[in-house]
Amino acid sequence: MTAKKGKTINKENKKTGEAVFKDDVIRLSHGDGGIKTNELINDLILKYLGNKILNRLEDSAVLKGFSGCSDNYKIAFTTDSFVVNPIFFPGGDIGKLSICGTVNDLVTTGCIPAALSLSFIIEESFHVSDLKKILSSIKKVLNETGLNVVTGDTKVVEKGSADKIYINTSGLGFIPDNLDISPYNIKPGDAILINGGIGEHGAAIISSRKGFDFKTNIVSDCSPLLSLVNDITSASGKIHALRDATRGGLASVLVELAKSSETDFNIYENCIPVKKEVKGVCEFLGLDPLYIANEGKMVVFVDKNDADIVLDVMKKNKYGKGSCVIGEVTEKSRKAKKDSGTVTLVTKIGTKRILDLAFAEQLPRIC
Amino acid sequence: MDRNIKHIVESLYKSKLSDSISIMEVCGTHTMAISKYGLRQIIPETINLISGPGCPVCVTPAFDIDTILEITENYDISLFTFGDMLHVPGSKSSLYNKKSEGKDINICYSPLDALNFAKQNPSRKVIFLAIGFETTIPLTSVVIKRAYTEKINNFFIYNVHKLIPEALETLLKDERVKINAFLCPGHVSAIIGSMHYNLIAEKYKIPCVISGFEPFDILESINMIIKQIKNGKHEAQIQYNRVVREEGNPVAIKLIYEIFDKTDSIWRGIGNIPDSGLKLKEDFLEFDAKINFPVKKIRSKEPPGCQCGDVLKGIKKPFECGLFSKICRPDNPVGPCMVSSEGSCAAYYRYEKLKV
Repeated sequence: MTAKKGKTINKENKKTGEAVFKDDVIRLSHGDGGIKTNELINDLILKYLGNKILNRLEDSAVLKGFSGCSDNYKIAFTTDSFVVNPIFFPGGDIGKLSICGTVNDLVTTGCIPAALSLSFIIEESFHVSDLKKILSSIKKVLNETGLNVVTGDTKVVEKGSADKIYINTSGLGFIPDNLDISPYNIKPGDAILINGGIGEHGAAIISSRKGFDFKTNIVSDCSPLLSLVNDITSASGKIHALRDATRGGLASVLVELAKSSETDFNIYENCIPVKKEVKGVCEFLGLDPLYIANEGKMVVFVDKNDADIVLDVMKKNKYGKGSCVIGEVTEKSRKAKKDSGTVTLVTKIGTKRILDLAFAEQLPRIC
Repeated sequence: MDRNIKHIVESLYKSKLSDSISIMEVCGTHTMAISKYGLRQIIPETINLISGPGCPVCVTPAFDIDTILEITENYDISLFTFGDMLHVPGSKSSLYNKKSEGKDINICYSPLDALNFAKQNPSRKVIFLAIGFETTIPLTSVVIKRAYTEKINNFFIYNVHKLIPEALETLLKDERVKINAFLCPGHVSAIIGSMHYNLIAEKYKIPCVISGFEPFDILESINMIIKQIKNGKHEAQIQYNRVVREEGNPVAIKLIYEIFDKTDSIWRGIGNIPDSGLKLKEDFLEFDAKINFPVKKIRSKEPPGCQCGDVLKGIKKPFECGLFSKICRPDNPVGPCMVSSEGSCAAYYRYEKLKV
């Protein structure tokens, strides 16, 4: 496998038809939600499994056209695995995270969630008392959201074959007829909103890791955003897209959305809420809060005429007190190329820079 | 625009320099801040900001990376180092690749993590890859002192620490390097103070200003430099006076020289600089990984076409390198300046796309 000067390595071996992938082994950066994760998905997984629905790479797949059902009948379907380390952290644990993560991915379609699945992979000798704690925090989120786990699985592996406990959850929901919320619907003139401070989940995890010696009071923002999204979609019929800003942080999510909608965004650094403590940890570790994971932050694209109404209802929800407008969609990307949208950050001193996907984030197992 | 920033930028424009001037920011954190905040977009074009050798990852020669890789191949050890070091390419591989292949390589935030791991795992041999300038050397010194007092015999350091002032003098002696002033590092100077820069400013008739890292700090420092140049002065000044004292941190300096002696050191792209490195004093040689884990002689080569050497000396801007952004990118770094969170090529790649 050789690289041609100035070009990325060819994506498909013409002779064998087999997908050609840059790396020989999977590296941690393939899981960081940035450039390498995109390569893993686009250059390897989609080469084998790609189809019309999966290729859209949205937080939830939208299924329609079932035989015997009307065309309006749409189902949202999503899945997510959780390997966070440590499993208990300020503001949550792997159980709460596993439900919130899937619920939040599901509601980006505006759907009414119907049911969840839950699977455990548990390491031999894991304490039952810890499993009880995890189950009870799962129960708490289920009670809050009114959802149920309706199917599941448990596997136990030998000591050393997994680290404590991993969880997979999937979710299913029904999309109301009148809703069509998707990154592909983002339009010039949309306002971009977020429901509060960024980077809190990643900063809380890193601060609670073993070997990290300074104490902070940062709490993960891990929370189920079902009620918030309900309020948003009830307030305006002009919600164009919703996105759960998890791995890769706000910046990576915006870059992906600009590309899939082929539009350009302007984002204002002054308007992006970041808690002082989060800034402090990031400065100390040389990290950029824009690229740090969130687990309770929804990015909302809404027609600018409805931005005030939406902002108002968001602020009234308990998960949206710090909501604000952070930017706008400026225009259809002028470059004719596919995937060409750019995100420009106007810095706090008024200069501009272009945001890119995260590369080599050094925080593996953040969710 | 922020009122203070606006004021200082106006003052820069009012200064109306007759010739253009080149200011070298020595420290990689300054390089990143300048690019990240787009400061080049708002200062007069006559002020040319160029990056210097102040990114410890960038100036570590391929030879050291290759040697440490060879050690991980030949010995069953646990290696600890700072995150940036993992992606630096050696002649053939990087620590990151070795880690993916299953070697016991770990990121830590402090050498104390490595020492604690050694204490908790007495059957493991633990090496801390000790990198950095005067900012991180005191921490390594503390750890060695502690390991010595507590008689920890499974802890070692592979030392690539380097000293900043000696490198600045070497740069000024290079005829190809054209610098009118130094924007001096804030964190390093918190340890060494401003005395060294006084000597340099006097000897080479060049203004030196120790700067903080906020956009306003950097712009104010540039303004202080411009004032010195207009007034025909050349002295060391401290803009970052909320952190830096003239005398630096004498306790930290004393600690460094309890553990280490000065020695020559090879800098990537620059070559050997006398007295710019450190070696463990005789009493502490038992902690030296180079002695305890000998490997066969290694012939390292710098990657062909890579211009990191000239970039580190401020002779070339990152985008003047033929590999920049075409072959050499953060996901496929050819040279170290594209790797580090303080590297100038990484700074230009990440933050200055509007210009490049």
